[in-house]
Amino acid sequence: MSESAKPHHPSPQGKGEKTHASDFSYVGIDAILEQMRRKAMKKGFELNIMVVGQSGLGKSTLMNTLFKSKVSRKSVQPNLEERIPKTIEIKSVSHDIEEKGVRMKLTVIDTPGFGDHINNENCWQPIMKFINDQYEAYLQEEININRKKRIPDSRVHCCIYFIPPTGHCLRPLDVEFMRRLSKVVNIVPVIAKADTLTLEERDFFKQTIREELRANGIDVYPQKEFDEDADDRVINDKIREMIPFAVVGSDQEYQVNGKRILGRKTKWGTIEVENIGHCEFAYLRDLLIRTHMQNIKDITGSIHYETYRVRRLNESNAHFKSQPSDHPAVQPKANGQPEVKPSAPQANGVAAKHEVMSHEM
Amino acid sequence: MAVQTQQKSLEGYVGFASLPNQVYRKSVKRGFEFTLMVVGESGLGKSTLINSLFLTDLYSLEYPGPSHRIKKTVQVEQSKVLIKEGGVQLLLTIVDTPGFGDAVDNSNCWQPIIDHIDSKFEDYLNSESRVNRRQMPDSRIHCCLYFIAPSGHGLKPLDIEFMKRLHEKVNVIPLIAKADTLTPEECQQFKKQIMREILEHKIKIYEFPETDDEEENKLVKKIKDKLPLAVVGSNTIIEVNSKRVRGRQYPWGVAEVENSDHCDFTILRDMLIRTHMQDLKDVTNNVHYENYRSRKLAAVTYNGPDNNRAAKGPLSTKSPLAQMEEERRDHVTKMKKMEMEMEQVFEMKVKEKVQKLKDSEAELQRRHEQMKKNLEAQHRELEDKRRVFEDERSNWEANQRLEQQKMEASRTLEKNKKKGKIF
Repeated sequence: MSESAKPHHPSPQGKGEKTHASDFSYVGIDAILEQMRRKAMKKGFELNIMVVGQSGLGKSTLMNTLFKSKVSRKSVQPNLEERIPKTIEIKSVSHDIEEKGVRMKLTVIDTPGFGDHINNENCWQPIMKFINDQYEAYLQEEININRKKRIPDSRVHCCIYFIPPTGHCLRPLDVEFMRRLSKVVNIVPVIAKADTLTLEERDFFKQTIREELRANGIDVYPQKEFDEDADDRVINDKIREMIPFAVVGSDQEYQVNGKRILGRKTKWGTIEVENIGHCEFAYLRDLLIRTHMQNIKDITGSIHYETYRVRRLNESNAHFKSQPSDHPAVQPKANGQPEVKPSAPQANGVAAKHEVMSHEM
Repeated sequence: MAVQTQQKSLEGYVGFASLPNQVYRKSVKRGFEFTLMVVGESGLGKSTLINSLFLTDLYSLEYPGPSHRIKKTVQVEQSKVLIKEGGVQLLLTIVDTPGFGDAVDNSNCWQPIIDHIDSKFEDYLNSESRVNRRQMPDSRIHCCLYFIAPSGHGLKPLDIEFMKRLHEKVNVIPLIAKADTLTPEECQQFKKQIMREILEHKIKIYEFPETDDEEENKLVKKIKDKLPLAVVGSNTIIEVNSKRVRGRQYPWGVAEVENSDHCDFTILRDMLIRTHMQDLKDVTNNVHYENYRSRKLAAVTYNGPDNNRAAKGPLSTKSPLAQMEEERRDHVTKMKKMEMEMEQVFEMKVKEKVQKLKDSEAELQRRHEQMKKNLEAQHRELEDKRRVFEDERSNWEANQRLEQQKMEASRTLEKNKKKGKIF
């Protein structure tokens, strides 16, 4: 009876399923993509972005523009008086945003006071300490015996560095900061307030910056050495030709040609933020959100974090060996986890990558 | 006893109303000097603004502005240019300060600038104290344009520190650089914030003087409302609506430099060059220079010769007679030195000449001896020849005599023979 019922029954068609009647060779492995998608949507995503730059370069405005909502520190704590703090503070603000059923926990980490003082020696130190603290917290969670199914990821995935639009070259402060931080976090340099520069000045400035970055050995995102295959390299090379992006931010809408768009209105014209003829905001947004977000998180997890982890475990091991009775810092709590061999610095951490992936799943 | 000056009305035309014309003519002949200092971080458009202000390419591709490389320490550079317009000459000196505010640690980056201003005051003080002051070049800084980065928030700690230290030494005019970054509303807010902070920190920027003229006062008030001036500079000329203007070409429009809707550049230019240049010089001379002078002289008389300021000049509180004596002595010693030098030179020349003469004398002597020798040799030769000749002659004579004798003998013999034959 069931045999004859089959042709009459319109067999229930799922989203990825094919009729068995036509295709015998279909197994259904590609349905895993659908399962992954559903799981990811249920879990939601996390993204931690840090913005660094002098006061008045439009960092908060750019964040608001990127995520089309008031996510910056200033919008959350409306401070009528903008005071430069005496020491660099690290302020992080978290928001839950949702689009088409996809939830994201976005954390914007702001650094007011960076580069604003007369003497800016070591202004990068609080920032490096913060980043390392986040790695430390993650490491501690990982090492726990009874660790959570999903470790809350507060590691800084991406650091956007704002370069003031002088039009000449990078300042010593910029070079110092980027040199030190490109080793611990993905840095995306952008030229702030790019409506100051004409197109020729912009091209010249970008060229100068690229040369200086190369001369100082600063590897900004997307890093050349982490390109996985030829396709990646092609895409990333195109991006590398364009960094640093010249961006303009705005959270005000104006009417242009019958459309309402975000922009800045001046007496001689209106600058459209999303117009790639005017500024490169669209490229930055695509890079950060639409195409490379997962890649950024992967590199943070598999490379920067692993480097930190290796170094930390090496340190504690050395300490361990010198004082066998006292285990101060990192203890593999009652040997719940197999002793990690610190001798192989997994710079490209393929095996470790799978480990991390399994955590995130 | 106070002298009362009374206003008297004239009965006819006297003619001293032409005094301003005479002053004018004399000044035009003499020409004017003006020294302008520009201070600000690298990349704020200082060189471009100078080019736009004076419509000359002070900084061009062949002589690029100092901001194209970041300097390690703050330098103070001067460039002079002579501009002529309508028969009036202006010797313009631009003092640039590359490296200001560019390093990671900018503490005391204002010190080289303060030192430079003080040294210019010092030079003027010294030249003023001299007895012979026919030429007194005025290289004091008449105006300092301070460029504020257009952050939109307020002044930076560096800006405040700098202005606090320099407002007593020079006329400080704060400007908002690269003002095409700001929309009109942001610009308004920024200006208000800056003025508030300037008041809060009690910074005395250059004040426009009040005049008796109502019209001018209105203009001055308008300018005061717009302080600090938001400027845009440009090196390029663009065609807009078939008009050639200085401006910056963007994909969304052209920001014109000389359009007062777009920025305050025309106000700055008019104020700086057309109306208030002389006032700036006067304030520098009457206020800032006098402050410096009284401070310096008071320090000298209080501390005696022990002064913590490094510069020491021939500054003295002696009476002019003593000073004249000193100058005369200086002059005399200078003259003596010159005299000695000239004597030395003279002696040397004389020696040389004497030597030359001696040489030529010796040469002559030698030649003379040579000639004498020649002469003697010739003489001797001649003597020899003569002797030879004489010998010959005597020989010949002897021969002749012999012959004669023989002849005689033969003749006598003949005669004898003849006679003898008779015998």
